[in-house]
This record gives sequence, structure tokens and C-alpha cells, in this order.
Amino acid sequence: MKKRRFAQHTVILITSLAFLTACGQGAASDSVKLLNVSYDPTRELYQEFNEEFVTYWEQKTGQEVIISQSHGGSGSQARSVMDGLDADVATLGLAYDIDAIANQKLIDQDWIERLENNSAPYTSTIVFLVRKGNPKNIKDWDDLTNKNVSVITPNPKISGGARWNYLAAWGYALEKYNDNEKKAQKFVSKIYKNVEVLDSGARGSTTTFVEKGIGDVLITWENEAFLALDELGEDGLQLVAPSISILAEPSVAVVDRVVDKKGTREVAESYLEYLYTDVGQEIVAKNYYRPRSQQVMAKYKDKFPEIELFTIDDKFGSWKEAQEKHFDDGGIFDSIYE
Amino acid sequence: MTVDVSKYGENRMQYVTHKKKQVNWTKRILVTVMLLYLSLFLLVPLVFIFTKAFEQGAAVYFAAITERDALSAVKLTLLVAIITVPLNTIFGVAAAWCITKFQFRGKQLLLSLIELPFAVSPVIAGLVFVLFFSPRGVLGPLLTDWGIKVIFSVPGIIIATMFVTLPFVARELIPVMQAQGSAEEEAAISLGANGWQMFFRVTLPTIKWGLLYGMILCNARAIGEFGAVSVVSGRIRGMTNTMPLHVEILYNEYQFSAAFAFASLMSLLAFLTLIVKSWIEWRTEKEQQV
Repeated sequence: MKKRRFAQHTVILITSLAFLTACGQGAASDSVKLLNVSYDPTRELYQEFNEEFVTYWEQKTGQEVIISQSHGGSGSQARSVMDGLDADVATLGLAYDIDAIANQKLIDQDWIERLENNSAPYTSTIVFLVRKGNPKNIKDWDDLTNKNVSVITPNPKISGGARWNYLAAWGYALEKYNDNEKKAQKFVSKIYKNVEVLDSGARGSTTTFVEKGIGDVLITWENEAFLALDELGEDGLQLVAPSISILAEPSVAVVDRVVDKKGTREVAESYLEYLYTDVGQEIVAKNYYRPRSQQVMAKYKDKFPEIELFTIDDKFGSWKEAQEKHFDDGGIFDSIYE
Repeated sequence: MTVDVSKYGENRMQYVTHKKKQVNWTKRILVTVMLLYLSLFLLVPLVFIFTKAFEQGAAVYFAAITERDALSAVKLTLLVAIITVPLNTIFGVAAAWCITKFQFRGKQLLLSLIELPFAVSPVIAGLVFVLFFSPRGVLGPLLTDWGIKVIFSVPGIIIATMFVTLPFVARELIPVMQAQGSAEEEAAISLGANGWQMFFRVTLPTIKWGLLYGMILCNARAIGEFGAVSVVSGRIRGMTNTMPLHVEILYNEYQFSAAFAFASLMSLLAFLTLIVKSWIEWRTEKEQQV
């Protein structure tokens, strides 16, 4: 009989333990919790920005805000939010991924107009990272089509950064061949024939190229390239800016259904707006994103290489059109990369 | 079908020692091959982990394993193991019991079902739970109304881990209980023991060794599981980040030494498991001698 009671007690103890940890995560009343679901290369940016915002918010309202971060490939992060990850704000790699969340009615359709500059408080572009001394003499997109060059870029079917890479190459080709789509496709497929490792995300590609030492050139975000130089030393690597590239606009949005449920709308909106302030823009620039503010950009001008930038709307109409034509199943990328 | 391995081993030893001291080439070659194989695939990577971990000195090492998010990952992983292992132990004993002591239709099916988690890729398992519990899924809307959060939170991680570690205890116990038969238990019942008395006094002592072994394997997997957990976790630092996920995060943040430091911590946990296992083995043998 004694043992039976012991067994019962054990079961009760375990279930209550599970409940306690599941529920016990509610914090004290005078603090608010914010979850920022972001994509891969923004880890360092938001680490710094969050600290700044916590102090700002405490001074302004006296309330403590605890910010949690989640990072991953932009597409898969959007997927998690749709599947119920309670993100107060989504700060993803491209507008299309936030549109996808909006299509599930979690974010209002007009989100892109709610903040300035298409709700993209910072921009970036696509550049190359090569081995020190540039042994394969890579100067522009044309050099990536050479047969003896091994290219590293992530998979555009799943990675946001990879889509920017692909579209940047495509835009260059359109410019070069006077908008001849057939020639552009041939040009881009030549580049993808040279791809040695097709990782699942931008950060994965960077570690493949830098840490594992595979490939002659990495196509990547400008901020990611600078960060790699910073973190891993400039001895082995150097940045090459192509003549033409794409203006990448990583978008941010408050996830309406989540903030309304949690009652965090006010702090979530201030969080995103704070990105546009001088303090926010300084942090953005320090982390190698191109700031929107003219003054801050002027201050950091020397940091960023001069590249002729085109927008996605210039060359492709819109994200939706680009996505359908190039990356959906049966799209051009499928025929390029078989 | 099952053979008492320990006795077989003894006979075999006697057989070998009785033989003249002759050079046994087959044995030597096999031992060399095994040692080479083990050192190549086990020892060298292990040494590599520890050298990488201490590459930037002990200060970086200890900072990596005592940092706030790291500690929370350790805590979460231990919590998952503390809940998963007992539950799967109870289930494993029950399953092994009903499979070995009773005859019923669909027994083979039940056996295959128990082994299903071995056959299914953990990532698929994770995705199934996401589909099932997500707000757009089958059970999700109901749970959301009740304010219960499963996916991207601790319960989801526990469920995914339970799924993956489900077969371990049952798999270890079934052969042991089959070999044991039910004669002793029937004797106990006929002498007037009730069900619990029979279980704790007759069954448990004989299956103790297999049970502990199964629990240890279950525990090791619960701590190390990556695939299924990574799908349901949501990777919120300090909240739904387990130890294996934390290693990946550190690696992706260019903190290679810290990543390996944390990996070495997990290796230490594995060593601890090995030590506990050997200790149990030693105790069991000692008990049997007395």
C-alpha cells in the first residue's frame, strides 16, 4: 500500500512540476514582455538596440520591458509566427515574408504604410566576400559566371537573403542585356551552376564560406559581409562591391493579433518607432545596415561602398510578382537549379 | 529466442582460457580494427571538442557556460529530462508488461507502433506536432481558446521529446521480460500476493537492470534531442532554448569557442551517464554475488 501511494505521489509531483514551469513564466506585474522574431543577420543589431530601448522605455514610463529574441531563416521564422509563435514584432528579411503573415490575418494588410520608408527602417544591399588578395580576380557579377569560380549562396526557395542575392544578379543581367529575359536567365543559371553549397540561410552560408573555408566567393548581405570581416578578422577575407546591386529593404511590423491579445501594442509600436530615431539609426549604422536618416548616413558615408542600387519594384514590379515568377514551385529558379 | 548473455559469456571465457596460449590472429585484427574505428569516430572528435572549447582560455570557457541564456538552456533541458524519463518509464514498463505477459490480437501492431519513433525522422515528428497544435491546426484553436500554449513553449518541447524517447524503456524491457516468463509471478499470485506486491517483489527485482539501462538511454536522448525540438521550440532565447539548440545558436553567432564549450558540457553529461551506468552494473553484479 505504501508503494502505491509513493507511485501516486510521484505522478502528482511530476504533473504539478510541468504545470508550474508552463505557467510560472508570468513575470511581475510592472514589467512587460516583448518577443522580437527576426531573421539571421540581425542578431548583433538587436542585441545592441534592445539594451538601448530597455533604458529608454524605463525612463519614459517607469516600466521594465524584457525583450526576447528569436532568430532563424526569414521564411521559416514567418512560418513559425503563422504557426503560433507569439511574436509582438516581426523584423524579417523581406516584405514578402511579412505579407505571408498578413495573409493569415495576423497582421493588418496595410502594415507596409504604417511606418516610414515602406516600414523598412534600415536597408542593405548584396555584395561579395572573397579570399584575401582576390585570387580569382572577382570584380563584378560577370566574374561569377566563370566556370572555375566556386560560389556560395543560400537556397532562394527557403531563405530571404538568398532571394535578394538571386534578384540582384538577375537585375544586373537585365541591365546588361537590355531587359532581355532569356539572356538574363542564361546568365543567372551560369552563376547557380557554380554554386558549391546551397545552405538553408544566410548565416549558414557565411559559416560555410568563412569557417569551413569552402568556395571562392560568397554572395551575401552587405551587413553580413562587414560583420564577418569584423568577427573573423580581415586577414583572410576582403569585400568586393559589384557595380550594380539591389536595394534590400528588410521590413518590420507589429503583429496585430498578438499585441492585442497580450496588451502590448503601445510598447511594441514604440519599439519599432525607436528604430527610426537618431539613437536607433546610429545603432543601425554601427551594425553595418544603411540608415534611412540622411544625417546619420552622412556621418557613416565612408563605411559603405558606393554601388548603383535598383529597387525590386524597378526591375520586378513587386515582391509578389517576383516571388510568383521566380521562386514558386515551377518558377524560373526550379528550371535553373535542377 | 532470447539467450542469457551473461552465462554464455562465462562459458565462452572458460573455453578460451582452456585453450593453449596460441596467437589468435582473428581476435587481434578485430580488436585493432575496432580500436581504430572507435578512435577515429569517437575519440578524435571528442578531443577536438575539448581543444576547441579551451582555445580562447578557461575564462571564455566558464563565461560561456555560466552566461544567463546558457544557464536557462541547461535548466530547461534538465526539466525536460526530469519529466520525460519518468513518464516514459511508466509507459515502457506498462507496454512491455502487456506485450510479454498477455496474448491479444494486434500485439504485433502495438509492437510496431512503439518502435515508430525510431523509424520516423524527428523533424517530421516535430512538424506533425506543429500542425496538430498550431492555431490553424487540429487541436490548436481549442487550446488557444483555453489560453493553453503548447507549441513554441515548454509543453511542446516536452511532448516532442517524449515522442522521440518513447521506445527506449519498452525496447530494453521486452527481451528481459520475455526471457523471465510468468512462472514466478503466477507462483506469487497463487501464494496470495496482490498485483502491486507481485510487481514490486517479484517482477521489479528481475527487470531492474534492464529498466535502469533503458532509463539511461532515454535520458541521454532526451538531453541530446535536436531535430524534433528545434521544430517546436521557436528558439526564444532564455525561454525555449534547450542545450543542443543553444550550441547551434552560439555557433551561428561566430562564438565558436563558446559553442564548443557548451558542447563539451554536454559531453560531460554523457560521461556522467556512462559512470552512473557502470556504477549500476557494478552494484547489480555485487548484489547477485551476495
